[in-house]
Amino acid sequence: MFIDRPAEHVWSLVGDPARLHEWFPTTATEVVGNKRWVSLASGLKFEEDIVTLDHDLRRFQYTIVNNAIVKSHLGTVDVIPDGDARCVVVYSTDADPEVMALMIAGAAGDGLERLKTTMEES
Amino acid sequence: MGRKILFITTDQQRFDSLGCNGGSVARTPTIDRLAADGINYTRAHPQSVVCMPSRSTMITGQHVATHGVWMNGVPLPDEAPSIASTLHDVGYRTALIGKAHFEPFLDPFLRFVENQLGTSGDFSRDVNGHLHRGFDHMESASHGGMGSFHYARWLMQNHPEAIGMYYRVLDMTLQVNSSGGGDTAGPQVHHNAIPREWYHTEWVADRTIAWLDSLNANDDWFCWMSFPDPHHPWDPPQSELHRVNWRDLDLPENYPVDRTEREAILDAKPRHWRLWYEGEFVSNYEAPASWVPKTLTDDQVREINALTHIENELIDEAIARVLRTVAARGWADDVDIVFTTDHGELQGDYGLLFKGPQHVDSLMRLPLIWRPAPSAGVAPSTVTSPVGLVSLASTFAHIAGVPEPSYVEAHRLPTHDAEAPALGHERVLTEWDSVLFGKIVRLRTICRDGWVATACLPGTVHDGSEGELYDVSNDPLQRENLWNDPRLEGTKSDLLADMWDSLPSTASPRRECDAPV
Repeated sequence: MFIDRPAEHVWSLVGDPARLHEWFPTTATEVVGNKRWVSLASGLKFEEDIVTLDHDLRRFQYTIVNNAIVKSHLGTVDVIPDGDARCVVVYSTDADPEVMALMIAGAAGDGLERLKTTMEES
Repeated sequence: MGRKILFITTDQQRFDSLGCNGGSVARTPTIDRLAADGINYTRAHPQSVVCMPSRSTMITGQHVATHGVWMNGVPLPDEAPSIASTLHDVGYRTALIGKAHFEPFLDPFLRFVENQLGTSGDFSRDVNGHLHRGFDHMESASHGGMGSFHYARWLMQNHPEAIGMYYRVLDMTLQVNSSGGGDTAGPQVHHNAIPREWYHTEWVADRTIAWLDSLNANDDWFCWMSFPDPHHPWDPPQSELHRVNWRDLDLPENYPVDRTEREAILDAKPRHWRLWYEGEFVSNYEAPASWVPKTLTDDQVREINALTHIENELIDEAIARVLRTVAARGWADDVDIVFTTDHGELQGDYGLLFKGPQHVDSLMRLPLIWRPAPSAGVAPSTVTSPVGLVSLASTFAHIAGVPEPSYVEAHRLPTHDAEAPALGHERVLTEWDSVLFGKIVRLRTICRDGWVATACLPGTVHDGSEGELYDVSNDPLQRENLWNDPRLEGTKSDLLADMWDSLPSTASPRRECDAPV
């Protein structure tokens, strides 16, 4: 998703794991150390380990853990500069079962749209 | 005061399941009466053989290429045209009760309005205050006791012990469950201890009756009553199993008992048929990924057919209850009733179950009955011309006396065969596009002049040269694929040319698939 804002401006939101609900379709976010708990509108709650939070690379990675259905998961969000005033945000997901990746991808599409709107209107 | 409309749909029901269409097992006197008093269409096809695209065609009056819901899991945009909106705009009260499925079921983030309504218990408006798809009232249900549906919410609040009585539709990998049950261990078969009065078929009828009872006598109304059955899982209330003993059933006419014959029939079709049979290429999510059709037994086919017949009887009896309410309200002479389904079911044909990229009568030939309001004075008839569900929206507009909406792509259904050519009912088209998990299958099909021709477009297992051609009159079971018969090259070419001329161009960009179903 291309966003007409500088990478560091977008990263100020994306790079704060506790603010996920401000742009992703979730209802609440709680962060303690490298642990994150994400609540969904359906009532589901995901426990996640924060794997990477690199403010130089502007890369965030997390994995869903202790979940009866999700056997393995790695989500990666990169904010990559495209000149001084624009950036591209890439959200990628690997998951087993693969169906979960499809649903997260759908939500990520919504999230990136909202992120673009939020950033470009700010 | 205009004509009122009761639109009844089932899910995954075959043409031959009804008495009026030659069915000899399930007793369906209510639907048979509608057919006798109305118009019975004997060559009605869906524009897709899976739920979401087919239902999107019903509500928009558009082909799949236009509305863009090219497979299950692709949501119909909230702003898509809706015949319910059109009717609402001219004063109709509008409701959809039962299975909607214009938006994905698997929605853990609760992104879609259907699921938001079902979870919140609201009946009409989305979070922005808009009427969703033009319905004043939506009450949703699906194939079991779980999910973001009003029925699941009702069951949880009133009979939580019944939720676990249903078959678990998905397994722990979120794939469609292949585990077997019942007497024969058939896939998606289950003995369901739920009392009949709590079963979703009864709930859909109950809620429809409640909504009808809430209306004023002079209201014009459009009610879409949408039963989730007889779609799998095959788990009707076990109290009803006495209705049809599977051990007494003959095998379906199109189930080749001899394995050699069965496999020879499959080998004459495009290769995705045999590959699925062998369990090597499952291109439709709703066919359990870990189930191998080759393992299907005669007794499993019998039991699945018996359970389907039972579910169809329960639907017929539920419709009868609703019609008694219609009569009690004094509306009997002023209600048009349209009965159909979204697609068929293989149900043992060719040694297969469920559905997929198989454009044959098992999945494409649908029951479709229009019983005009008696006050309209339309003579009963049987229409043999090819028609599609794409004509439903314009038919509803016609009944309501409003101009044909500009968004529809087909004129209304004919009331008799002589009327069909003038309304453009010379051909009917069906599309298939699946790409899930890298397995790409794309089919385009035309039915006209007693032929069904299907072109397999390039994909994972097709190079674009394969296809199917059936002479439906002389080969009603579509066992002999004539695609490569040199004597029919001209017929095939003419059919395909007409198909490509008639199909609308595909909407671009193609919409994202957000879930498997």
